[in-house]
Amino acid sequence: MKRITIDPITRLEGHGKIEIFLNDDGGVKNVYFQIPELRGFEKFCEGRPVEELPLIVTKICGVCPGCHHMAAGKAVDAVYGVTPTPTATKLRDLFYMAHFIHSHITHFYFLAAPDFVVGPAAPKGERNILGVIGKVGVDIGKEVIKQRRFAQEIQALLGGHQTQVMMNLPGGVRKGMTEEERDDIVEKAKGFVEFGKFSLKIFEDVVLANKEYVDIILNGPYNLKLHSMGLVDDQNMVNFYDGKIRVVDTVGAELYKYDAADYREYVEERVEPWSYLKFPYLKKIGWKGFVDGQDSGVYHATPLSRLNAADGMATPLAHKEYERMYSILGGKPVHATLAMHWARLIELLYSAEHCLELAQDPDIVGKELRTPIKSIVGEGVGTVEAQRGTLTHHYWTDEKGIVSKVNIIVGTTNNNAAINMSIKKAAEGLIKKGVEVSDGILNMIEMAFRAYDPCFSCATHSLPGEMPLIVEIKEADGKLLQRITRN
Amino acid sequence: MGGIPGLANFSTKEDLLNRVFEETESTVNTEGIRPQPQYQVEEGVLELPEFYNDVRTLADVTDVDYFMPGCPPQSERLVEVFTAIVSGAELPPKGSVIGAGDKAQCDECIREKSEDKKITKFYRPWEVIDDGKTCFMEQGILCMGPTTRTGCEYRCIKGNAACRGCYGPTPDVTDSGAKMMSAIASIIDEKEPSAIDMVLEDLVDPAGFFYRYSLPTAYIRRTMS
Repeated sequence: MKRITIDPITRLEGHGKIEIFLNDDGGVKNVYFQIPELRGFEKFCEGRPVEELPLIVTKICGVCPGCHHMAAGKAVDAVYGVTPTPTATKLRDLFYMAHFIHSHITHFYFLAAPDFVVGPAAPKGERNILGVIGKVGVDIGKEVIKQRRFAQEIQALLGGHQTQVMMNLPGGVRKGMTEEERDDIVEKAKGFVEFGKFSLKIFEDVVLANKEYVDIILNGPYNLKLHSMGLVDDQNMVNFYDGKIRVVDTVGAELYKYDAADYREYVEERVEPWSYLKFPYLKKIGWKGFVDGQDSGVYHATPLSRLNAADGMATPLAHKEYERMYSILGGKPVHATLAMHWARLIELLYSAEHCLELAQDPDIVGKELRTPIKSIVGEGVGTVEAQRGTLTHHYWTDEKGIVSKVNIIVGTTNNNAAINMSIKKAAEGLIKKGVEVSDGILNMIEMAFRAYDPCFSCATHSLPGEMPLIVEIKEADGKLLQRITRN
Repeated sequence: MGGIPGLANFSTKEDLLNRVFEETESTVNTEGIRPQPQYQVEEGVLELPEFYNDVRTLADVTDVDYFMPGCPPQSERLVEVFTAIVSGAELPPKGSVIGAGDKAQCDECIREKSEDKKITKFYRPWEVIDDGKTCFMEQGILCMGPTTRTGCEYRCIKGNAACRGCYGPTPDVTDSGAKMMSAIASIIDEKEPSAIDMVLEDLVDPAGFFYRYSLPTAYIRRTMS
């Protein structure tokens, strides 16, 4: 039996490893997507004062520290039974929109666009941001970098630092905003809205106008029928900062809608001996194995699942794009994995519009930054939508607020089973008898997980990094048949 | 220094894996399955790196050319360091700390500090309304400024958060905790041992604070069981 190892896989955050086993006839027998790292925040956060956790969990990930900071901040509020002031809540939400804008720009232009703008099987040396700039022009490249920087600057202003975020204290935030700072954000947010519209136009011109790409998205080996999870507001519109968790099934019917604090009634996690990352599934359905379909407990929590699980977007331009996407892709829910990229851009536009709304809200420059703490509950759950899926932090403390237990279900972790299955399906569709396993084919297999924008530094709370790629195709006895290297 | 993951030295490998893979409230694992360095599946053997009991520092496991502190290092410092390297300037000796100052945060702090202010109580950050300009320690809020290198441009301080020491200790400090205890001793305005004990009682989780980023370099280094 032949065996193909892709290790480490690239253009994701953190590390992953793909093992593909081939039948004697050259077809795919099985695929394992392994996560080789773990740090153990659940354990070493014990003993810390709970208000320190928002500062510690930011180190789970250098790409989405703001998500962990927000989920932790909300969990700590709950531990103290305190509701932040309206100004504090809006400042957090504003920070969070800037966080989404920076992350979604990073993913689309730096990580995903090389596959679409440059081409899925283009020479490997061009499948990067420089290749993208080469195609779309230097001016657009500069604009991408500028908008991303503006989003980082807003986070740094509100959060103290864009990566080492220190914004939240129980009951509110450490720092408010002046009217001058607000005026600057309003101007930047107007630019974000234009940039969000522009990004969807690029998607239209480069991806949707290319029949080959549309065919790959709709008919390629990138489809899984999964249940969809996402946070919604009281109108069932997509929300990133707060709301209820809604799960719709593979045909779009609502399965559950619940308070995030009740997550344990709806989600369970299982352990496999070949990965450090656990596999969540819908508890009431149960684990039925690595299978998709209506009877499976496997769900996904991604930009696409958020849109599937909601009735629309809460801002006008993004909502228009939402309706357009579903009308072009044939109604809800959409199961085309690569449509996650489209959904991500609609979320980018929503984040931009909501950022502008918040910046123009009179409360945003309010002076009431913290609600005083009077007592302690001793347990709290904080949930937000991270860019990569529903993120839940759950803390227990003693009567002094010293942490006794921590449970975390990270955005990407929700998608562990789904990513395994997506990779297998792509491999099955692409590796066949008589087909040379080229670098382009392997990249198209990687596209199956890249759509999820997975962050395994987050998911296993392990260290991030990007490395050269070596692929080895071996006989079952370990004899090397083919070696493909990147970088 | 080990960074935040170094805090895992407060527990053992067994306790950590047990928490993550068995105890966590959403995990169902009645068979006690743990990830294995080698695991036989139907198609072959799958491998994972072994999980160690001990978090060690970078220099403990590999040869290090330069140490650049910060979690994360500030972008200004990165630009300075890269500029120095590509300009062909003479680089400091191997093993040096680069991209950070040698002074302590307190030496150049942007917050106001009085000459001989003493305190009689420590507060958790949420117990007081920080005035935004007075030294955190003088407000009774624990701050790693006395032992931490400069180089971060006081970003946390400007964000109204006390320093947590991510730039690591100054060159003269061998153990951050020892240095911090000495700094704390000099600011407590009590003489009687019982009164001092009362003040220290409000100092929660000192080890987790003093060694937030550096436990694997500390004298205490790790828990034994």
